Amino acid sequence: MRGTADAVVIGGGVIGASTAYNLLKLGMRDVVLCEKSTFCSGSTGRCGAGVREQWGSKGNCLLAKAAIDRFEQLADELNYPHDLEFKQKGYLMLAHTEKEWDQFQKNVELQNSVGINARLCTPEEARQIVPALNTEGMLGATFNARDGHANPFHVTRAYLTAAERLGADINYFTEVTGIEVSGGKVKSVITDKGVIETPLVINAAGPWAKPVGEMVGVNLPLYTQRHQILVTEPVGWLLDPMVMSFSIGIYCQQTPHGSLVMGIGDPQEPKGYDIGHSWQFLQEMCRIMTGLLPVLKDVRVVRQWSGLYTMTPDAHPILGGVPGLDGYLQAVGFSGHGFMLAPVVGEIMAEMAMGRDTCLDVRNLDAGRFERGEYNVEPSVV
Amino acid sequence: MAKTDDDIIVCRCEDVTLGEIRRAIAEGATTIDEIRRITRAGMGPCQGRTCRQLIASELARKTGKPVAEVWPSTVRPPMKPITMGSLAKIGEEGEE
Ligand SMILES: Cc1cc2nc3c(=O)[nH]c(=O)nc-3n(C[C@H](O)[C@H](O)[C@H](O)COP(=O)(O)OP(=O)(O)OC[C@H]3O[C@@H](n4cnc5c(N)ncnc54)[C@H](O)[C@@H]3O)c2cc1C
Ligand code: FES
Repeated sequence: MRGTADAVVIGGGVIGASTAYNLLKLGMRDVVLCEKSTFCSGSTGRCGAGVREQWGSKGNCLLAKAAIDRFEQLADELNYPHDLEFKQKGYLMLAHTEKEWDQFQKNVELQNSVGINARLCTPEEARQIVPALNTEGMLGATFNARDGHANPFHVTRAYLTAAERLGADINYFTEVTGIEVSGGKVKSVITDKGVIETPLVINAAGPWAKPVGEMVGVNLPLYTQRHQILVTEPVGWLLDPMVMSFSIGIYCQQTPHGSLVMGIGDPQEPKGYDIGHSWQFLQEMCRIMTGLLPVLKDVRVVRQWSGLYTMTPDAHPILGGVPGLDGYLQAVGFSGHGFMLAPVVGEIMAEMAMGRDTCLDVRNLDAGRFERGEYNVEPSVV
Repeated sequence: MAKTDDDIIVCRCEDVTLGEIRRAIAEGATTIDEIRRITRAGMGPCQGRTCRQLIASELARKTGKPVAEVWPSTVRPPMKPITMGSLAKIGEEGEE
């Protein structure tokens, strides 16, 4: 591990990986990344890896749209020897309540106004998109063909190997234990493998972003929450798009490999770092999904696991620096949608680090917005 | 028929060859979990019960580390694949 750096990135998930790569791409010379375990050990390796533009806030819509622009070019740009499995088969969002259907009409209007081509569908049209769907009790749906998913392990590793080619020093099993600040400026990063002198540190520590923030005296309004997920055996083609419902709280997609990945957002889930898996989840997930997609009855579950969402009060990430502290940036609190935003967030972090204008204006995503009361909660999350 | 060692299927569930495992190691993987994340070996219906030992010994051989040090990967429930239809019914039966 190097003893000095122009920038140290904390975290080897997709956000840290994309940030490290983009720093080098923009011309920063000496970039060090520290990951306490190996790549994708945090939320990234546990996620559903869906990518969608269909959001309910303008901020999330613009970020996600810019991220998909980049996903479309990513395989070429990163020149990686494996398939990133980026597939755009759309997201079908189901509405089962009046409230939800009203929200969807507003969402589509907003999405269309920023150039996202989502559309409202009748239950009949939804069944043309997903013939296996049980539309009983459904009021309608929205569909956007440009949404999709990718392989989170390969996307992260593609960024890391591209960063290494450009000269990054990537350190696994290296835990950051402290950050030295003096006179309002970051001086060095302390790890269990040694000290790195650096004028800049970027907190991309996912669920552990809060303790990393505390190392520089920043109190982040974040909490973590378990989300459970399962995967089935690979089967023949069943559905193209991701199927998602906010009122039922589920998502389900078929990967290119043929397996189905599905999860539930449980509003009763306590806050904390528990990532155990429960029997109740298996039963509930299967009960709901065999109702929505009856063909799943005969499909076997191979594995279940869980991971952490890192939530902010408004379900938008926190991006940028903090006043009065030189050389500290953070990209944290992705609230269950950090995988899909990583390509554009990494670029924005690098632009901030280099003192350039950012490709999207994200000044309203600073940590100070909560104290100022200047935030609106994203309505469309599972 | 296997033409060289590299064509030997190590993970039967996910159809991963020894050559693919070796390539992942050459690309820098040093633990079973990393190999699993790169190749899918060990993610199949048997949860790696068949292939994990083979991967561990190849990893130990190539990295010169003892097998015990190449990191035991996680085995996740359910231990045997069960259909979603039967899983969905379990709660109902329990309530009777
Ligand atoms: C079940 C589930 C489903 C999801 N589905 C989706 C989805 O469909 N689409 C989507 O976009 N998002 C999804 N997400 C959210 C997504 O996983 C996260 O937003 C994203 O992975 C965040 O990436 P990250 O790099 O910030 O965090 P992480 O991947 O958690 O990476 C942070 C890394 O920092 C390391 N670290 C922490 N502290 C230190 C330290 N002190 N020193 C060194 N290293 C440290 C950790 O080991 C970790 O590897 C899902 C999440 C879950 C749990
Ligand atoms: S043989 Fe590898 S997972 Fe079954």
